Amino acid sequence: KANPETEQLAPQQLVGVVGLEIHAQINSSTKLFSGAPVRFSAPPNSLVSFFDASLPGTLPVLNKRCVEAAVMTGLALNCAINRKSLFDRKHYFYADLPAGYQITQQRLPIAVDGVLTYSLLGGKKRNQVMRKNVTIKQIQLEQDSGKSLHDDVRSQTLIDLNRAGVGLMELVMEPDMSCGEEAAAAVRELQLILQALGTCQGNMSEGQLRVDANVSVHRPGEPLGVRTEVKNINSIRYLARAIDYEIQRQIDVLQRGGTVQNETRAYDSKSGETLPMRDKEGLQDYRFMPEPNLPPLILYEDNASLPTGIDACQVVVVQKIKEGLPELPSVKRDRLVQTYGILPEHSFTLVNEDGLVDYFEAVLKTTKKEPRKVIGWVTNELLGHLKQEDMSVCQSPISPSALAELLELQETGHISSSVAKQVFQKMWRSPGKTALQITQEQDLGLVSDTAQLHSICQKVVDSHPDEVHAIRSGNKKVLNKLMGLVQKETKGRADPVLVRAILQKKTS
Amino acid sequence: MSVLSLAASRTFRGVSLKIPRMLFSLLPNDGYSITNLHSKRISWPQSHGANTTRLLSSQPLNQKIPKVATWEPVPEDQLPPPAHIPADLVDKLERLALVDFRTKQGLACLEEAIRFADQLHVVDTTGVEPMDSVLEDRVLYLREDAVMEGDCAEKLLQLSKSTVEEYFVAPPGNIPLPKREERTAMLKNSEF
Repeated sequence: KANPETEQLAPQQLVGVVGLEIHAQINSSTKLFSGAPVRFSAPPNSLVSFFDASLPGTLPVLNKRCVEAAVMTGLALNCAINRKSLFDRKHYFYADLPAGYQITQQRLPIAVDGVLTYSLLGGKKRNQVMRKNVTIKQIQLEQDSGKSLHDDVRSQTLIDLNRAGVGLMELVMEPDMSCGEEAAAAVRELQLILQALGTCQGNMSEGQLRVDANVSVHRPGEPLGVRTEVKNINSIRYLARAIDYEIQRQIDVLQRGGTVQNETRAYDSKSGETLPMRDKEGLQDYRFMPEPNLPPLILYEDNASLPTGIDACQVVVVQKIKEGLPELPSVKRDRLVQTYGILPEHSFTLVNEDGLVDYFEAVLKTTKKEPRKVIGWVTNELLGHLKQEDMSVCQSPISPSALAELLELQETGHISSSVAKQVFQKMWRSPGKTALQITQEQDLGLVSDTAQLHSICQKVVDSHPDEVHAIRSGNKKVLNKLMGLVQKETKGRADPVLVRAILQKKTS
Repeated sequence: MSVLSLAASRTFRGVSLKIPRMLFSLLPNDGYSITNLHSKRISWPQSHGANTTRLLSSQPLNQKIPKVATWEPVPEDQLPPPAHIPADLVDKLERLALVDFRTKQGLACLEEAIRFADQLHVVDTTGVEPMDSVLEDRVLYLREDAVMEGDCAEKLLQLSKSTVEEYFVAPPGNIPLPKREERTAMLKNSEF
């Protein structure tokens, strides 16, 4: 049964298998089946309609915006959009689900068979863009539940139904990934896509994007192992850590001779571990049944296929939505490479960071420098400093125009490139000071005065006869040592091109 | 059908299926078939024509009602084997749906109801899509995404026995359903 190829590599190696279940809260003004507002924070139970509270005599009324959002997301992820989809009831008892069932789309969801293409920066220097795919099994519309706040002191749970009934898109992915890094990259790409579409704001810490990971381990070629479900992951970084921890935990269990339990585990960010959650009562039987209050949802391909006499407000036309799709991140990356001639890995970094593309383009507007020379400053210097202090692009103490000014100083030969980096640091620490001010204050301007350079070079040459002899004998590399000494004398402000030329002449 | 419906009329409360039995005893057997219960056929007393009135109504019977019952009971051999519900399935159903089958009689009633539904197997459904509801060919109404409801926290909280600062109060988790024996003991003392 074992694949002969893998037998040669590492026959006993256990690898992880990761599948994700993602719930994305639809960015709409009202809920999926009621006209109550959708908002992140509001007084408890103030955003609840009678239907959301599950009072008798209320009926669901589908929100058109939610349907459009699901179709847009399905199209962006290359799914087949089902022209007819059905709603079902999924029954279970919990205090934050007042009806005792959730309206979802289990039998026939709105979109199926899609692909999410994401990229990882890999290779030794982490600068190779590797493209990977995850298959999306289906996208379905469903209701969110309310929120429960556990009060262990008084042994009670407080229920807030503001979130009950909010529209969700559940994206079910096939277990095509093998580690935390891949899952994190896939979710990041999904976040960017959803934010570009405007269908979900994708903020994991606010619960707009919830990710549950199904993790198992096995040997390649063998059947899949027992999987556990990992919940309570609040950020992309924690997602990668939780998955990697769980894979390692399962490997350890198996190597000790134990068996992995099929259970639900919660990620504890403080300890970095996954812990078993309160035991669910055995295998849940959700008693799925068709939702009797909602006829099938019919979508139309194009205006030509609309039945006569139908109200335009009452239809969702797939063609129209397809034409209205905004620029997706992958297209944006390619466009940046084409327009500015930058490398794919730079484009990847730009798009991955909120606001960095705008920053980059703003710098380009005010400098004559080539984009390929600017990109390094943005992706290395600027981004490096931001990451170190956990800041976002909009919090940068150096504005695009300030950076452009610094680059101009370097480009026009007023300062050397190593000095430019020093000035950058100083600008970072004293926001508001321009590059020019700092250069003048600290006298960092390039010394191009040939007479001065000549005398310094002469001093160095005179005090190092051995090195001069080595150069004259053919070892040209020793010249760099002399250059270093000259730079030390001038505190790095000597124009390197001039210095090299002068030294070469003096040692020839 | 007959045995079940009469049995059902005894166990269901409030539904007055007692009338048919009354009719049988009052009306003369004038040749129109009040057939014997043992052969499992019952037909309603028929009128000769438009003139004969019904016992409890001033309207004559509609012409579209057939004069003789057209119901044919399905022979046992055409039905699948009778479903027997094991005790742990009963327990599982009781937990999932929070219903109570109470006594052996209740269980027997359930099994008869399933038997009745088994008659559907006789119908040939090849190539026919299953229906969800009789309204499934209606157009699903799509609502505009505008705020119309909400902001009635006070009204909703009034409905709850226990609230704390605009939150509904619930027990800390799902209260586990008591075991079968305990449930029976609990219900013996209840008013049902």
